[in-house]
Parts: sequence; C-alpha cells; structure tokens
Amino acid sequence: MAWLRRNVVVILGLLVLGYILLPNIVVMVFSFNKPTGRYNYEWNHFSLDAWLDPCGSPGMCEALGLSIWVAVVASLVSTVIGTMAAFALGRYRFRGRASTNLLVFLPMATPEVVMGSSLLTLFVAMGMQSGQTTILIAHILFTLSFVVTTVKARVASLDPALEQAAADLYATPSQAFWKVTFPLVAPGIGAGALLAFALSFDDYIVTNFNAGATTVTFPMYVWGAAQRGTPVQINVIGTVMFLGAVGIVGIAQAIGARKRKAD
Amino acid sequence: MAFAVPSRGARRTAKARRGFATPLILLAPALLWLIVFFIVPTISLASQSLQTGDIDNGYVLTWHFQNYADALSRYWSQFARSFGYAAIATIGTLILGYPLAWFIAHRSGRFKTMLLVLVVAPFFTNFLIRTLAWLIILTDSGPVTAFFRATGLTNLLQAVGLTDNNSLLFSHFAVISGLIYNFLPFMVLPLYSSIERLDLRLVDAAGDLYANGWNKFWKVIWPLSLPGVVSGTLLTFIPASGDYINSKLLGNTQTVMIGQVIDSQFLRVLNYPLAAALSFILMISIIVLVGAYVRAAGTEELV
Repeated sequence: MAWLRRNVVVILGLLVLGYILLPNIVVMVFSFNKPTGRYNYEWNHFSLDAWLDPCGSPGMCEALGLSIWVAVVASLVSTVIGTMAAFALGRYRFRGRASTNLLVFLPMATPEVVMGSSLLTLFVAMGMQSGQTTILIAHILFTLSFVVTTVKARVASLDPALEQAAADLYATPSQAFWKVTFPLVAPGIGAGALLAFALSFDDYIVTNFNAGATTVTFPMYVWGAAQRGTPVQINVIGTVMFLGAVGIVGIAQAIGARKRKAD
Repeated sequence: MAFAVPSRGARRTAKARRGFATPLILLAPALLWLIVFFIVPTISLASQSLQTGDIDNGYVLTWHFQNYADALSRYWSQFARSFGYAAIATIGTLILGYPLAWFIAHRSGRFKTMLLVLVVAPFFTNFLIRTLAWLIILTDSGPVTAFFRATGLTNLLQAVGLTDNNSLLFSHFAVISGLIYNFLPFMVLPLYSSIERLDLRLVDAAGDLYANGWNKFWKVIWPLSLPGVVSGTLLTFIPASGDYINSKLLGNTQTVMIGQVIDSQFLRVLNYPLAAALSFILMISIIVLVGAYVRAAGTEELV
C-alpha cells in the first residue's frame, strides 16, 4: 500500500504515456495488414506487401515529395527571417518592441481555420491562383512565429559578458558574433527549424484553404484517403517517420553522451 | 543554482543595446511578412464579412452586418459546442498531463530525455493517420469497447449523454477523446518545464510544517506550476476550439464543430461573406476568452 502511494505518479504517468503512444503502435501494426476492403481498419492477416511497394498507392509518393519540398523551403525561409527578428527582439531595446512581440505572438493564438480562411480571402481579393506559391506563403507565415519565439528564448538567455570578453581579447564585432554568439544560439536555431519543418509537414487545415484543387500535399492525400479508402502505404510512411524521428534523436543522444564522457 | 546569480547580475549591468537602424533591418523581412500575410488578410476577412454579392458576380462592401446576425442565429449551437468541447478537452489534458509531467520531471531518472522524446515523437506521424487509428482502437468489435461494456462504463457515458448507443465511436465521447489525445503533448511540455524547475525542498518544507498531501499540492505545488498550466491550457484550448478534424473523423452529425462549418461555407457552399463572418466571430471570441482568462490567472508574460 505504501509502495502504491509512493509510486502512484509513476504508474499514472506511464499509463498516460501509453495513451499517447497507442495510436502509433496501432499504425505500425496495421502497416503489416492485408485488408479485405478499401479501408485498412480491420485486421485480416499479416503481409509485407505495403512495405515492399511503398509507392504502390497512386499519387501518394508525389504528395509526400511535395510536402517534403514545401516543408524544407518554408522552414528555411522562416528560420532565416525568424532568427534575424529574434536577434532584434532579444538584444535591442527600441520603440515598438512590445507591439512587435504582440504581432509575433498573434498568429500562434489564431486558430488555423481563421488563418487559412483569411489568407484565402486575401488571395481571392488579389486574384491570386492557389497552388504551391500560396501554400508556401501560408506555411512560412504560421511557422515564423514559432521560430522567433524559440530562438528569442535562446538569445535572451545569453550572457553578454561572453561577447564583451571576446571584445576584450581583440575580437572584431563580427568575429565575436560568429565565433562566440552564433555557436551559442545555434541549438535554438536548430530547434526552431525542426519545429517549423514538423509544423509545415503536418499541416492540413491551413493548406486545405490555400492549395487549390490540383496541388495535393501528404496530409491532404491522407484526408482524401479517409473518404475514399485508406491504402496500407500511409501506415508505412507513418511508421517510417515515427521510427526515424525516435532513431535520430536516440543516435544524437548516444553521441552526446559519448562526447561528454570523452570530455 | 548558485552559479546563476552572478551571470544574472552581469546581464543586468550590461548595457541594453539601443538604436533603431540595426533592429529595423533585422526585423524588416519578418515584419513585412506578418503585415502583408497576417494583418492585411485579417482586414480582408473583416471586409469580406460585411460584403454582399456572390462568387460569380463579385462582392461589394455594403457594411452588411446582417451576415453576423445570420452567422450567429444559424450556427450558435456549433459555436457553443466547439467552446464546450475545447474546454472539456483542456481540462482533460490538464488532468492527464499533470501526472505525466511530474513523472518525467522528478521520477524518471536517466530516462528523462528518452521519455520527453516519446512525448513528442508521435508528432512525426501525420496527425490524420494517428486520428484514423482511433477508429480502429474504439471500434465496436475491439477490446476497448468490450472493456467499457464489461465494466458498465458505456452505461455511464450514455447516462451523461456523451454516447448515444452502446458503442464508443462517432459520439461526443470519441471527439473529446480525440481532442485530448491530439493536444496532450502541448499541455505536457509547458507543464514539464514549470514542474521541473520546482524546488522539491519546498514540498518537504511544507511537510515539515504539517501540511497534508492535499495542502502540499494545492498550497505549494499548484501555484508554482501555474505558468506551465496557463501556457498549456492556452496551447490546448485555442487550437482545439478551431479544430474540426476530430469531429469530422470520429464524430457524427451531432458533433459538428464551428471549424467544419467555416470550411464547408468557404470551400463547398462558397458563401464567402457568411464564412468570413463566422471566422471573425471565432477569432474575436477567442481573443475575449483568452484575455479574460489571462487576466484572471494574473500572468501577463506569455511569450
């Protein structure tokens, strides 16, 4: 009884973690299914068909390619301009700083359906054709605030004494920035870029408003599949992404641990 | 902790940089993007909501406030349902997220990073695929439904009106569970960062002063974790109230949320002024609700 009292938070925590991970496990298991109908919702029997032919579902790999391309471009642009803004907001005091912070915060506080629809009214009013350009504009917009917020936190936590020390040691301002400040902020920039990539890659609602009829991203493809019949291949992609992410972080952790040990 | 003190002092004595040219140049691209693609579209949305006309002949701004009256009178129940679902889902994520955040912060030892990764990792599988997995988990013939039936929980859910027959799928219950599932990590991460910074010696001190378990939590732990609670609830409530993926995939015609109405009015019915009015009402309601909440919680520092 005392043991139970002491460990109740551990047991509850593990149960909640199980709730978070359960759908991923189901997705993984059903990637080995051979469904009888068009929908992959009921277990029939084990098969490697989808794994051996990941692009076998027409249009899916094109959609996946488009999503990766959009996510790369959008996260690059928003990381560069977001990092610049984060330095301005994190290191300088100027008039209008508070309102700029608010302007950066607002898109994060706007539901996707409002952001998507307001962009749509703008594009319609401007007579702009929906397609890759409008998707990119929208994705840069909603990832930008997350990059600024992530990087700004890192910039604000920097000790200015370090840059002063570099100056005392006769570093030019640009040397001090690139040799001292930038490497210290880099993890924040990396986190921001990763977040931007993930948000862009996963977005359905905003994209759906601004993609037009013929430009299909991966989330839009999955949405369409949910209405027409779900190919097993989407489970394969879902599983690869999940295991890939866990694997990359695991390897990074292992390398970090070994480095620490070596130091 | 001791090392943090001198560096904080150093930060305070260091001259804050002043001037206008450098920050303006650094800010220019981001500001431009936010103004052109966020402020201008919001104005464009507001203007669209007051226009009359149709998609073929174009729209004219006629200050037609009737659009708002129509939007509210026809869809007030979807608005109410969206905020109701979002509120229940937010409380649900808080109740589930708190023990998990505490466990990761103070009881996980060397598995801490791994557990944090596992909380975030589901994001890398597209959320639509994961939401579809709930169709499999909650299906009538599955073990979860069997368990709920055996323990009489289905009767309980029916009694409180969350389901309307002896199954779990396509009900209020399924939609709310889907929302809780989808937004749980947004609650756990801010809670974790607040709870992790919490000095456990304070809890011990409360115990030394004869506080019981409840008082330790309510008088010491809860107030100290409040910043995490506030940002977690905002990060959950705002997107949940605009979401319609869960209600579309896991619900029925009785679970339609406002986002679903906005989507279909914009993209299928093509009634842009009504859709814009709906969108604008959603945005204003959220700003008012969040403003009142933040004021009540007494935290101004959000970003």
